[in-house]
Amino acid sequence: MTQPAANCPNCGAKIVFRWSASVQTVCEYCKSILVRTDIDLKKVGQVADLPLHSSPVQIGTEGVYGRESFVAIGRIIYEYDQGTWNEWHLMTNNGVSAWLSDAQDEYAVTFAAPGRKVPAEGQFQVGQNYVWDNESYTVTTITKAHYRGVEGELPFEYWGKDDVIFVDLMTENGKFATLDYGDEAPVLYLGVAVAFDDLHLKNLRSFEGWS
Amino acid sequence: MSTSGPTPPGTPQVRSLNCPHCGAALTLRSFGNAANVVCESCHSILDAQDPLLKILQTFKAKATESPLIPLGSRGKIRGTLYEVIGFDIRMIEVEGMPYTWGEYVLFNPYKGFRYLTEYNGHWNDTSILRSLPDLSAGGSSLTYLGETYKHFQSAEAKTTCVLGEFPWQVRVGESASVSDYVSPPRVISRERNQKEVTWSMGEYMTGADIWKAFGLPGSAPSPIGVYENQPSPVSRNMNTIWMAFAVLAIVLVGMLLAFSMFARNEHVFDNNYALDTNVRGESSFVTEVFEIKGHTSAVEVTTSSDVDNNWIYLNYALINQDTGQAFDFGREISYYHGYDDGYWSEGSRSDSVTIPTVPPGNYYLRVEPEADPGRGTLSYSIALKRDVPQFSFFAIALLLLAVPAGLITWRSISFERQRWSESDYPPASVSDYVGSSDSSDD
Repeated sequence: MTQPAANCPNCGAKIVFRWSASVQTVCEYCKSILVRTDIDLKKVGQVADLPLHSSPVQIGTEGVYGRESFVAIGRIIYEYDQGTWNEWHLMTNNGVSAWLSDAQDEYAVTFAAPGRKVPAEGQFQVGQNYVWDNESYTVTTITKAHYRGVEGELPFEYWGKDDVIFVDLMTENGKFATLDYGDEAPVLYLGVAVAFDDLHLKNLRSFEGWS
Repeated sequence: MSTSGPTPPGTPQVRSLNCPHCGAALTLRSFGNAANVVCESCHSILDAQDPLLKILQTFKAKATESPLIPLGSRGKIRGTLYEVIGFDIRMIEVEGMPYTWGEYVLFNPYKGFRYLTEYNGHWNDTSILRSLPDLSAGGSSLTYLGETYKHFQSAEAKTTCVLGEFPWQVRVGESASVSDYVSPPRVISRERNQKEVTWSMGEYMTGADIWKAFGLPGSAPSPIGVYENQPSPVSRNMNTIWMAFAVLAIVLVGMLLAFSMFARNEHVFDNNYALDTNVRGESSFVTEVFEIKGHTSAVEVTTSSDVDNNWIYLNYALINQDTGQAFDFGREISYYHGYDDGYWSEGSRSDSVTIPTVPPGNYYLRVEPEADPGRGTLSYSIALKRDVPQFSFFAIALLLLAVPAGLITWRSISFERQRWSESDYPPASVSDYVGSSDSSDD
């Protein structure tokens, strides 16, 4: 795997892409949002300081999902009327992009699942069922949220400020799905709701007063 | 702030702020996870995500509405250290009666949130489910991880008091529909509003467990009544005792079969006699001596007579010639029959009685027959058999064995009745049942 390197066009700091498919990253020093045009970087915006950090995960946290190990390389913080949640961008040891969502310490690992039929925006309500890959998913939460901050490497280039609809679904056997209506075509993510201990996370953030 | 938990590793880190309403010091314990924080002094509900802590709502709390576990307490629940960061009181109304319970928000920065609920001294350790239960078509039960939960109650739960921090938006006065499904010691609850359905599972805990976990002073308030998912103190015993009963009953039946099979049913005496009722005076006599051999065994005395709309009474004594030991007993044989609205009959022409433990030896019978005078001659026969199988002994043993099992079953049933009397499905005659339970407990 190549690890393309470049310099921040804003402050000159060195930028290393841990994942060759990342199209966006944030300069660790000046918080500029940088977009790859292949290896030249273009500054498209600047992130304000991240909101009060609550996730125990951080860039560089390693863990295990199924038989694969992963490392957190980026994150998006979404804000909604109940607060914020984190979507950690994971890179698995065979180079696949995945997401670890940490919504107030409720964890789920998901993978983009293109090619499935998904309902159009506004066509769903809590309690409705959808079947993907022979699993029946039930809508449990409908959330309106927007980007609050980004950090690290992300697989897409997007920096809108508008509210976007997210639909969370669950099955009777612990499967988890999210529909993201942020793009023109909704994106479906399928995965599993996981217990903190099952992820075997290493290199976690430490909290003062807690060990 | 109390950090009197049994194993506090380090001091809790808090962010200190001041309430924009009353200026009192506020502490934020859950880092960025809180959506709301409630000022403990003036009960303003504040937006914890806003650096300026915008006031969202203020409410008046009653002086009595304070948490049993102080905010900031730390304790270990199932091996993980948690800190109490929030407390709310919720209320449901059933037939115009308010019922309130307390909810404690527990936080660990890695493991997240967990909740404790308390009602009348009954506690539940509650966490959010990661998969959906399978709800039955009518909603009367659900299945989760292969276990069936029965619907207990559905109600609108209204929040009446909030303190501390919450990972979700709380307001006093808002309500959600809550349904509980029980499979003691667990309960699965569904909370539903417009945007969200949340399933959680609670497991019953005693106040003593909570007091120990958080190192609280004094002792926990005693629980009142039976709670919806309180494990029955007898239901586990019930299975064990019925198992024991079954095993012992099988042993008894086996013994009974063996005894019947090996019982020799040996004739030791047979004779025919006649009583002339026209003759007045002493009719008693003794039989010849006969030998009862072998080991000590049960002896069956069978008396038969040709009584016809008549009776005969025989006063017996089975006497050991060598030791003088006597077994006294009396038997009546009566047989009546006739036609009224058809043929009827009453009584029998023969009677058997078993003398349980008769040692071997030389015996004779003293017989003293009685009958109405002037009824002609009544003939009767007496037969003795030794080593006969004894059924009554087994029946009594079985009955005695069944007593504790029956009592425990009965206690279990009344416990379940008490549980379900608080549900949406109260048993038909709870008061009658509970009333009778008190009287027979005496």
